[in-house]
Amino acid sequence: MDIIAVKNLYFTYADGGEALRNINLAIPRNQIFVLFGPSRAGKSTLMRLFNRLSDLSENATHQGNVLIDGNDVFEPGTDVYDLRRRISMVFAVPTPLPGSIYDNLTYGLRMSGMRDRAEMNRRVERSLQQAALWDEVKDRLKTSAFALSGGQKQRLCLARSLALEPDVILLDNPTSGLDPLSTATVEESLYELKRRYTIVMVPHSVQQAARVADQAAFMLDGEVIEVDSADKLFIHPKSKRTEDYITGRFG
Amino acid sequence: MAVANEPASSPLATAPAPGRRWGEVIIESIIKIAGVSVIFIVGFIFLFLLWEGLPAILDIPLRQLFGPQWYPIEEHFGLLPLLFGSLLVTVVAVLIALPLGITTAIYLGEIAPPWLRDILKPIIEILAGIPSIVLGFLGWIALAPLIQTMGAPTGLTAFTGALILAYMALPTIISIAEDALYAVPREYRDGALAIGATQWQTIWRVVVPAARSGMLIAVMLGIGRAIGETMAVLMVTGNAANIPAFSENWLFSPVRTMTATIAAEMGEVAQGSTHYHVLYAIGLLLFLITLAINSLAARLIGVSGGRRSRPGGSL
Repeated sequence: MDIIAVKNLYFTYADGGEALRNINLAIPRNQIFVLFGPSRAGKSTLMRLFNRLSDLSENATHQGNVLIDGNDVFEPGTDVYDLRRRISMVFAVPTPLPGSIYDNLTYGLRMSGMRDRAEMNRRVERSLQQAALWDEVKDRLKTSAFALSGGQKQRLCLARSLALEPDVILLDNPTSGLDPLSTATVEESLYELKRRYTIVMVPHSVQQAARVADQAAFMLDGEVIEVDSADKLFIHPKSKRTEDYITGRFG
Repeated sequence: MAVANEPASSPLATAPAPGRRWGEVIIESIIKIAGVSVIFIVGFIFLFLLWEGLPAILDIPLRQLFGPQWYPIEEHFGLLPLLFGSLLVTVVAVLIALPLGITTAIYLGEIAPPWLRDILKPIIEILAGIPSIVLGFLGWIALAPLIQTMGAPTGLTAFTGALILAYMALPTIISIAEDALYAVPREYRDGALAIGATQWQTIWRVVVPAARSGMLIAVMLGIGRAIGETMAVLMVTGNAANIPAFSENWLFSPVRTMTATIAAEMGEVAQGSTHYHVLYAIGLLLFLITLAINSLAARLIGVSGGRRSRPGGSL
């Protein structure tokens, strides 16, 4: 069964602006699923619905279903905090929290009620290794997270999500503002991560989408235009609009 | 006219005209004078207090000056009861105002829906502007009888004063603490929520720590407001310059603060007498206490402020 299934999803913001229109998607496990398209296509809005961060947009309304492992996230009684730990999001702008690197990585664990020091230490080390940051920070885990460079902060936020051992990682343009070298580091760690996790990602560019995606969905003006495996979609797109966007004719 | 306008478009005209440069210099000097004059004014106040207060400190043996008896008519000038009164009232006021103020600020800034915040915040700011004498009346007419019915021998007690002072410090604390919370970047909240934090966990573990230097300023200004307040405490603390016997109801005994002593006795004192100089010495003491609180605040803020400025610096 697909880990995320979206059925006939509509989403409207408080001001009446329709952000998503009739979205249908099926995201399989252990793959990198890329949502790409021009800005304001609704990619981030869609991702925020997967773990109900969309709740923060006041007075927004939705119709349709988002199923995680077959359970609708909008079902009353859903533990939304547990949901956000299982479907963890990393933002475009890195968001280190006030405190040390170690604190940042254990925030989520402590807030979920974990008290086991040894387990926390184990997760800190492993998540930092998975995010390709361990070697750079292992000797200064107790120093402020704000002292890290931009690329390190971004990987720290990735590691912070990984420390929760989620099922799905949502990456909203995780390499924006990173230099090519840091971008390559992050992309490489993604190939490793998909063995354990399902990754949904909004890429920085079409090129990046083509590099990392197993499957991709092209979005435009709040609609999914085309979904396919990356091999097909980036080489033989079915839709004219997808082809125009990929070849750089607009967007 | 066309000829006269021509130089304006030539490259040389980018240098300011002499007239403008003079204007610039004058405005800059006015601003500079205004800024520097504050230092001079504070310096003069300090010198003046020192000038008028020093004779008292030199005349009266220190042992008596910090003794427990304040009987000016019998030439007993012990400041201890007044110090004690100020300290007791201020500390209790802060203990009441602090949790109330911080929680109100958190409610306003983080939990209350926007429409309610838009109503509450201006009202709280109006509270800050109520003259202290009016609050004194309120304490005298409404609060004191209430406290007396609760079993105190009189309603005019240290606790009554502390309640009024707490009420006076609240708007300051709330308003500044709320501003500090508001200044916390939205990304912190998103970051915490995205790793499964509840609203309360986000507030307590992330937003409040991030706003702590601003919160500290709020607390310090609240304390400053409380220790310097005169009229309201003069009216409701009972005006008894003695240290109440330590018992279970010592909080409910009349006291008198340093500020109230100056206000009450300045009018009837003979100019140049020892009593007169002692009142100035009390003013000097108040000045030093406020200075100490402010520099402590500045140091504490310097420490955490340095830590906070780093994200901006590295971006």
